[in-house]
Amino acid sequence: MKSNMVNERARLYHNINVIGFVIVDMIEYLDTHPYDKEAIEYLNHYLALKHQAMAEYAEKYGPLSIGNVPDTDCNEWKWATQPMPWEGGF
Amino acid sequence: MWNYEKRLQFPVNITQPNAKIAQVIMSQYGGPDGELGASMRYLSQRYTMPYPEVAGLLTDIGTEELAHLEMVSAIVYQLTKNLSMEEIEASGFAPYYTDHTLGIYPQSAGGIPFNAGAFQSKGDAITDLTEDLAAEQKARTTYDNILRLVKDNEVAEPIRFLRAREIVHFQRFGEGLRLIQDKLDAKNFYAFNPEFDRCKC
Repeated sequence: MKSNMVNERARLYHNINVIGFVIVDMIEYLDTHPYDKEAIEYLNHYLALKHQAMAEYAEKYGPLSIGNVPDTDCNEWKWATQPMPWEGGF
Repeated sequence: MWNYEKRLQFPVNITQPNAKIAQVIMSQYGGPDGELGASMRYLSQRYTMPYPEVAGLLTDIGTEELAHLEMVSAIVYQLTKNLSMEEIEASGFAPYYTDHTLGIYPQSAGGIPFNAGAFQSKGDAITDLTEDLAAEQKARTTYDNILRLVKDNEVAEPIRFLRAREIVHFQRFGEGLRLIQDKLDAKNFYAFNPEFDRCKC
């Protein structure tokens, strides 16, 4: 059971990394191709996925970005207490 | 301004410490062709860049380089974490240890502290973009050199990712240079400096 939870967290974290990479790569592409309609649509699709995945991760495990701190959890400031990404992380 | 995302751009999970390889990889943090210099180069050059696409490109690539600097630092950190005194002495890490203990400090593989002299912000669009193209290739060569030294796949994987990004950025800066040239006098790109001279037309 516990390892399933770890797997689920790792899977979601990996998805965020993959989606995040697509976004970085597309932003740089669009800087030099600002009128590529297909590329803008492609980026918009991934921006929506990122927003969704970041919110889900924050809700379940703690925020990866200050914009995703859930307003329902006032018992612990997880932004401070969760491990830093260079400490192994996920 | 910037917002922090509490994740590495590409995962770094190194289980075997290796101070010898840390000493060469730290060059891509604070060495002459490292990520700190890359980031500061692009983020400095962008202010006087008169074309918004290229100023935006310098901002976005400069920002990605900050994420790369964090990855390289994480690699060095994990390679030197929990080293014993015996390991420090045996791996030739004693000089670094003397100055920084196991703290992460930007310096070259040869021990020279980070120096802004490794990059330029020349205030001339063609000059700066040409430097940026060279910078991406210099970083790519450094990663190729590092990859010939690294045997551990946990270390090589993030290094390969970083190397691939140098090639993508070289492509993007090439497109940026072309955008600049398209806006200049095709008969003489150097007729005036768009970052300094006022356009007569």
